[in-house]
Amino acid sequence: MVTDPRVSVIDRRLSGIKRIIAVTGGKGGIGKSLTSSLLALTLSRMGYRVGLLDLDLSAPSTHVILGIDSVYPKEEYGIIPPEVHGISFMSIIYFTGNEPAPLRGEDITNAMLELLAITQWGSLDFLIVDMPPGIGDASMDVIRWLKRAEFLVMTTASKVALETVKKVLKMLEELHKPIIGVIENMKMRESSAVQDELNGFNVPILGDIDFDMDLEDSIGDANTLLETDMATRLKAIAMNTPEFQLNSDL
Amino acid sequence: MHEWALAEAVIETAIEESRKGGLEEISEITVQIGELQQIELEVFQFALDEIAKAHDEDSLLTNAKMRLETERAIFKCRVCGTEWDYRDTCVNEDEGEAIHFAPEVAHVYVRCPSCKSPDFEVIQGRGVLLKAIKGKR
Ligand SMILES: [Zn+2]
Repeated sequence: MVTDPRVSVIDRRLSGIKRIIAVTGGKGGIGKSLTSSLLALTLSRMGYRVGLLDLDLSAPSTHVILGIDSVYPKEEYGIIPPEVHGISFMSIIYFTGNEPAPLRGEDITNAMLELLAITQWGSLDFLIVDMPPGIGDASMDVIRWLKRAEFLVMTTASKVALETVKKVLKMLEELHKPIIGVIENMKMRESSAVQDELNGFNVPILGDIDFDMDLEDSIGDANTLLETDMATRLKAIAMNTPEFQLNSDL
Repeated sequence: MHEWALAEAVIETAIEESRKGGLEEISEITVQIGELQQIELEVFQFALDEIAKAHDEDSLLTNAKMRLETERAIFKCRVCGTEWDYRDTCVNEDEGEAIHFAPEVAHVYVRCPSCKSPDFEVIQGRGVLLKAIKGKR
């Protein structure tokens, strides 16, 4: 018998968290990390206690989006994520710096497991997880370990993105995982492509976010990001989606 | 004190495995510690003993002895096949600390001594594993 002890302790590490929202989607470049970051910021500004966990280990980017640097976790019965912009933020970048981390599948699995086993989140209303893209090993691991996760699925109207998104949805349905819904991102023109392609799924389309030309200039600045059309639209979608159970008084 | 988090994982898993195996009392838990993780053995031993006491509702762990075995960390280059010892690589203090938290980041700081490739395998000595549990049924 040789057992990896880390898996058993994940539930305990997440036990003080009320809701875990995993932001997933098809291929890279559909705004998964931006959505995770903006959602975390928005919920935090509404007064919720929020954590953000970047598990896209092959291309971590939420720290770039939120402009997070020169912070480091504290060591106390594990590691305590530093609070940045009111968000408890955890990412592999604390340990890799800005150097490339050439990790293969097995290394990614191990590193994600390590982060989940040693991070002490304390009590939170929401943990937002930026998922690995698509449905590779890394995604499957995260889905298995985060037993209570609810999934927010990002797509664009592109046929290429939708093809992968359908696979993600099918897999989540087969695993009986709760799906909050799908958001169409980077909308450039009126089209029913997303609706048509996802017709066969019992999943609500929560809304769409227009392609935001000014977004790129706001990357790295949390306050400016919150003023973008994307942030406004995302907040409206979250408020209008009963599954988020947001308190409108906050 | 990140040793504490890993010790907690070990005790939690030992309890789980013992229940599955129908053990009434654990006499010995053997933990294999990979050198790459650079665990402080004294701190880890202390944490294991303390957590075992705290989790001993049904006296499963009252007489449990914790045995720690360390395993040398050995790397093998996927490009040229060279094998080498973690002890022979030079990483500075900050890099060592990063590896202590997430051993995979060795791929950022360590290179093959022969061909300088970052594409290598940790063939042994990576992390903390629960190796054996002895006890009475
Ligand atoms: Zn080599």
